[in-house]
Amino acid sequence: MQQKTTNHKAWFLVLPVLVLVAFSAVIPLMTVVNYSVQDTFGNNQFFWAGLEWFQEMLSDERMWNALQRQLMFSGIILAIEIPLGIFVALNMPKSGFWSSFCLVVMSLPLLIPWNVVGTIWQIFGRVDIGLLGYTLDALGIDYNYTQDTISAWITIIVMDVWHWTSLVALLAFAGLKSIPDAYYQAARIDQANRWKVFRFIELPKMMGVLMIAILLRFMDSFMIYTEPFVVTGGGPGNATTLLSIDLVKMALGQFDLGPAAAFSLMYFLVILLISWVFYTVMVNLDKKGM
Amino acid sequence: MTLELKGVSKIVEGQMHIAATDLTLEKGTMNVLLGPTLSGKTSLMRLMAGLDQPSAGRIFWDGKDVTGMRVQDRKVAMVYQQFINYPSMSVYDNIASPMKLMGVDKAEIDARVRETAELMKLTPMLDRKPLELSGGQQQRCALARALVKNAGLVLLDEPLANLDYKLREELRVEIPKIFEASGSIFVYATTEPEEALLLGGNTATLWEGRVTQFGPTPEVYRQPVDATTARVFSDPPMNFLQISKTGDRLMFGDGQSAQATGKLADLADGRYTAGFRPNHLEIMQHAENAMKFTTNLHVTELTGSETFVHLDHHGARWVGLIHGVHDLEIGAALDVWLDPRHVYVFGEDGGLVAPAAYAMAA
Repeated sequence: MQQKTTNHKAWFLVLPVLVLVAFSAVIPLMTVVNYSVQDTFGNNQFFWAGLEWFQEMLSDERMWNALQRQLMFSGIILAIEIPLGIFVALNMPKSGFWSSFCLVVMSLPLLIPWNVVGTIWQIFGRVDIGLLGYTLDALGIDYNYTQDTISAWITIIVMDVWHWTSLVALLAFAGLKSIPDAYYQAARIDQANRWKVFRFIELPKMMGVLMIAILLRFMDSFMIYTEPFVVTGGGPGNATTLLSIDLVKMALGQFDLGPAAAFSLMYFLVILLISWVFYTVMVNLDKKGM
Repeated sequence: MTLELKGVSKIVEGQMHIAATDLTLEKGTMNVLLGPTLSGKTSLMRLMAGLDQPSAGRIFWDGKDVTGMRVQDRKVAMVYQQFINYPSMSVYDNIASPMKLMGVDKAEIDARVRETAELMKLTPMLDRKPLELSGGQQQRCALARALVKNAGLVLLDEPLANLDYKLREELRVEIPKIFEASGSIFVYATTEPEEALLLGGNTATLWEGRVTQFGPTPEVYRQPVDATTARVFSDPPMNFLQISKTGDRLMFGDGQSAQATGKLADLADGRYTAGFRPNHLEIMQHAENAMKFTTNLHVTELTGSETFVHLDHHGARWVGLIHGVHDLEIGAALDVWLDPRHVYVFGEDGGLVAPAAYAMAA
């Protein structure tokens, strides 16, 4: 039998990647894992806690409530942003000056840093000096995001819609632009109406980019922290305390490192699970060539 | 049904896409629009369909003026170079879709879908989505959709251009058969002379937005009205050579001349352009009065049963098509022969003054 040649130099080629991944992902993650299974009273003294923190978190209503609020938030913004984004994309000029103009204007919210977006809306919604809050108040509408749960929710949802609908619209627009004109002609010749053109040509042809839009928006909204934190700080009470806000409160506010680490790992697993589901769905769509 | 175009033209942003065109297409005929890319084939089809409105001129269906009537209200079907099917519908629903939109009742839809699917060999694929089919099957599905509509006018815009060689040949043979029975007017756009000849029917040659000639396909091929038509309807293109006539002789240069016979005898002395098809160049002398030209061999292309030779004749590029595979030395001198019977003579304005003798005899 021919002797197999071994060349250990190949390892050097993989090394940079291994180092990068180790420092950017594995080591930080292992620190969290480390905290999640131990208890500490400071002075770098650690005691083995096993799965205690996980059990505690799972039986704690606090995390379940935050998860519930989180799912509601993500659900609502997806239900608004996806149809709205498609609607905007369908009504954008397809070419020429106004098309470029729309693209630029729509990208503006995407370029603004998260905390600035939060600050803009925090001021905008204030009843004493904010344009929105003051106007609503003057119209006799009971609006105050610092005291009223509904107001707070409406504020953070409208803010997210304002910030991110453009992304969905731009993706949908890209999908629409890639449809050859012949499809529309064929539909015209077949006497299909506007709704049928949307239902049987535009929607199926946009499916691929829409899945990406849904995935991105779901992930981003599921992990949202900065904007609601700046606007409401999770209040009034716990009304807008989403998962990440709750996590930060627990880890940095109360310094419950063990439970917070267990919490983050479960948070991470949920996101991983959902990403996997989306990935599988998208790969299947790709196989159908849509 | 008859489709009549009277003085139809299309000008977009000051650019002429279609020059004033008169065409009459009869019921149950296959009409080929032959021309190179950007010659206006698709523009002309869009005007025929009613997808675009002409800048001037009128369009009549059975004598009724339909200019300005929306495409939705005309009975038109169209098949494109790209395979256009509704991506989320099954093949069955795709074929059924035009009829559903027209409000045909369910039992009839079912019967016609199955009948057409059988004809287009799609029966085993009825439950599949279009993108799960091969390219040829996708185009069959699009053809089936055009067919079930029973439209008076069926437009096929280079339907086979995106298919591979084998599938093209297969569909090319089937298409005339399939559509023959339907009694509609068929318009088929193509860039390939060979395709036009295979499809038969009538051919309109297009060049820069102008219909240069319209008539029965073999006639257009044999007796092109001008040099442009001859160039369009020849692949590789026709070869040209400046000649002059003095007395009863046609002078071809290289010391070669031919007797001016028939129509040529009556021509005034002067300069003319001779045209001949690549397949009429020979590398051996067959006819006694064949003219001999000395050329330089540039490139040879072997296709198996034939050899294309690219020749240099005093700076002009000629292409010859020779039977069989030959061992020819590139860069060397090559003598070729041309039978005067195969020579078309065009005037200085490009118009045909005398067709080749062989074409008249055929």
